[in-house]
Amino acid sequence: MSTPVTVRLHVNGIEHQLEVEPRLLLVHALRDHLGLTGTHVGCDTSNCGACTVHLDGRAVKSCTVLAVQADGAEVTTIEGLAADGELHPLQEAFWNDHGLQCGYCTPGMIMAAAGLLADNPNPTEAEVRRGLEGNLCRCTGYHNIVKAVLDAARGKGASVGAGEARQHAEVTS
Amino acid sequence: MSATMSGDGRAASAHVGRSLRRKEDPRMVRGRGRYIDDIAIPGMLYAAIVRSPEAHANITTIYSASVKARDEVVAVFTAEDLVEDFAAPMAMAWSPPGVEIHTPENWPLKRDQVKHVGDPVAVVIGTDRYSVVDAAEDLVVEYERLPVVVDPERALEDGSPLVWEQFGTNRTHEYKVSGGDIDAALAEADVIVEQRLVNHRTAGAPIEPRGVVADPRGDNFTLYSATQIPHIARFILSLITGIPEDKLRVVAPDVGGAFGSKLQVYPEEALILALARRLGRPVKWIETRSENMMTAHQGRDQINYVTLGAKRDGTLTGCKVRIVADLGAYQLLLTPFIPELGFPVMGGCYKFQAIDLTFEGVFTNKVCTDAIRGAGRPEATYWIELTMDKLAAKLNMDPLELRRKNFIGKDEFPFTTALGITYDSGDYEGTLDRMLERFDLDAFRREQAELREQGVCRGVGFSTWVEVCGLAPSRIVGPQGVGLQAAFWESAMVRVHPSGTATVFTGTSPHGQGLDTSFAQIAADRLGIDPEQIEVIHGDTDQGPWGWDTYGSRSLSVGGEAVARAAEKVQDKAKRICAALLEAAPEDIELADGKFRVRGSPDQAKTMAEIAGAAHIPPQELPTDIELGLEATSAYDPENFVFPFGAHACVVDVDPETGKVKVVRYVAVDDCGPAVNPMLIDGQIHGGVTHAIGQALYEQVSYDADGQLVTGTFVDYALPTAAELPSFETDRTETPSPVNSLGVKGIGEAGTIAATPAVTAAVLDALAPLGVEWIDMPLTPRRVWEAIEQARGGVTR
Repeated sequence: MSTPVTVRLHVNGIEHQLEVEPRLLLVHALRDHLGLTGTHVGCDTSNCGACTVHLDGRAVKSCTVLAVQADGAEVTTIEGLAADGELHPLQEAFWNDHGLQCGYCTPGMIMAAAGLLADNPNPTEAEVRRGLEGNLCRCTGYHNIVKAVLDAARGKGASVGAGEARQHAEVTS
Repeated sequence: MSATMSGDGRAASAHVGRSLRRKEDPRMVRGRGRYIDDIAIPGMLYAAIVRSPEAHANITTIYSASVKARDEVVAVFTAEDLVEDFAAPMAMAWSPPGVEIHTPENWPLKRDQVKHVGDPVAVVIGTDRYSVVDAAEDLVVEYERLPVVVDPERALEDGSPLVWEQFGTNRTHEYKVSGGDIDAALAEADVIVEQRLVNHRTAGAPIEPRGVVADPRGDNFTLYSATQIPHIARFILSLITGIPEDKLRVVAPDVGGAFGSKLQVYPEEALILALARRLGRPVKWIETRSENMMTAHQGRDQINYVTLGAKRDGTLTGCKVRIVADLGAYQLLLTPFIPELGFPVMGGCYKFQAIDLTFEGVFTNKVCTDAIRGAGRPEATYWIELTMDKLAAKLNMDPLELRRKNFIGKDEFPFTTALGITYDSGDYEGTLDRMLERFDLDAFRREQAELREQGVCRGVGFSTWVEVCGLAPSRIVGPQGVGLQAAFWESAMVRVHPSGTATVFTGTSPHGQGLDTSFAQIAADRLGIDPEQIEVIHGDTDQGPWGWDTYGSRSLSVGGEAVARAAEKVQDKAKRICAALLEAAPEDIELADGKFRVRGSPDQAKTMAEIAGAAHIPPQELPTDIELGLEATSAYDPENFVFPFGAHACVVDVDPETGKVKVVRYVAVDDCGPAVNPMLIDGQIHGGVTHAIGQALYEQVSYDADGQLVTGTFVDYALPTAAELPSFETDRTETPSPVNSLGVKGIGEAGTIAATPAVTAAVLDALAPLGVEWIDMPLTPRRVWEAIEQARGGVTR
């Protein structure tokens, strides 16, 4: 084991100082050192995107960033997305539109979608699909994820009353 | 939707049938799920497994001393060190009467030989996630290579290398199922089509890999595992480790997808549990993606030889199929059974005089196959539907007309097939008609012709599918029936608390299906409370009654029915208590508008909260012959399977220059009986269809001739992404099943079962003008391009 180094991470608005191995991945710093287990690991090769977080406002795969590279940076994880206990419009839209099943890809998918909407607030369906190409989901077939992102972009995230989702739309293309 | 509800339970329906948002989601969208790798226990150690890089080899020497000496390493174990730790080898649960299945002993660590890449040979235990991986990589194992066989048909040839010398053959077993006189049926046919089809090997590939945390507390153990089957796992792990069932608790936390790949009792679960016992400390093992691709069981991998016979007018006569199934190197829990699992619906939605099926299992030097979403039924749909298309072409008939001519009619249910299987209910014409209303085939053919003029190859493929699910009637599939050493009834316990809220305990173990919500809807209608007031507990062997877990699209039609029955028992008791409180007769109490009230006097009513209060703190007027408390348990064993069905259409564009296929439209009309939560049904169809599109176009587990896994990561194993797919068009018809009181059928596997033939047929339709008649899945650009070139008489590989 090599000599630990000190990193300062500003995560979800809180500053942390950690002593870490230089090779420690950001995702493991978040999960194992800070207990922020909402960020997930699904592959070894940066394909699945389950570990997506925001680094200085940009969506990155935290399995492909060393903790030392994030020294001094602002990190936002899924736990930091909801402000003051209110769900973020994307979180609300994923809930309304059944955009998740097992929920494992969901934090990364929502963080990637938030990055996408920051760059392109009014995407077309094709742009959403292309924009989420780096995030894999095995449960939903992406249909309701894409719908949720489009709904969030159109401000529909919080428009549904508590309890019931939109009535079943028989054709949802 | 024109479902008519009937019967007492469903007449009161307020919540069933609605697309309620999921109760599961608020914590999950906030990152507050609790998956296996999120579990940390004080004093916990980490494990990393040393795996074979060879596909078949003798283990000659393991050098562990230098690794053991490292500060961060607590212990290293090989198979030799653990001989006393296991009371039995890994389990295989199928023992069909009269059929011998070669089943080698399969211990958690391999002692003398390895049989596929990834076979575990040693385990390193240490204090840190990273350093155990370093140590496992540095541990040196010497192997002496043995001959390898990876192709199942080659493995059946004389002189093939043997995976297991002691059996003298790679053939694991042969199993036959038949009904009617197949020779007479085929002799009577005017037209015979024969087709060889390949259902290639695929991975379950849940985004969460496997993982285990074992926590010892004296003689008691808790095993957390990313599993679909905590109850079955406890039973089997108790046999393997010798830990009594009462001292072993198995918990499935939130499970990040499974798709059948976590319907298994894996060597790693037994190993980590035994090591926690040995060391007296909690031990965690989390699989990497590369390990998952090497060692989680895989699916399909069949070669199908299909013969269909028909009269000149299209009337089917006989169906004869030989299925060669590549089982890999061992027998895991259900490995040899999975190909046979589809047999009740082999023959599809069609009437045959005779059906004759022969299954041959084969050992190869690959990881085992076992259940992956659909498990035997996607393979069956693929061969029957595509061979029907071939037959239609040979008869010069429209493929949909050929199907209609041979459909089991909606008035013929319950229908007993040539194999003696009774299909419960169906309306195959109805789903096909509904699908065609949406699809508009005439408009499509006009568009297709115009596009062809412009050089665009657009095609459509259809699948009219039926499947068998709702596993299962215990006496049909159990030891004296099909021969599974298990039963498949399901349990539920409904407990109303003193304040009137309720907890539902189910023996199923969902991992994304949304049962927290749909089961709460079922219970809410029967208890007169809101689904928000009901928690559904699952996946913990210490909570609720014994259960048989989640697989085979069984959770709703078996587990949901158990919930309904337990809730109705509670409702009956609540009515008796209510009657006593209101000085009425129990038979005069009805549940309506969320209240228990006297029929004809709606003002005389009690809420569930009032009744539950009286059940727990009895007032004087409550008769002493009413037992206190308010909970009930049900164990439901279905009398038959259920048989969902539907009609799908897929439209693709094929680029003839590159061979690239793009799915441009997908229409799915499915029938799983009355919907409990339509939104959840659509979600299952979207995911299932995508899984099948993946198999048809992109995904394939590949081994080279030396048994090296070529597709060991998500770089090489191509899951579909959002960018490759269209949005889906879904619709339903609702034909109730007579098997259960809810009328429901399973839907979790339907899309996967339905879609591969529709996608393949669409590509073949697109390329028909170029003279392409057949391409085996996966329809990758290279394969499609080669088929086009071959049809043009050009270059081939």
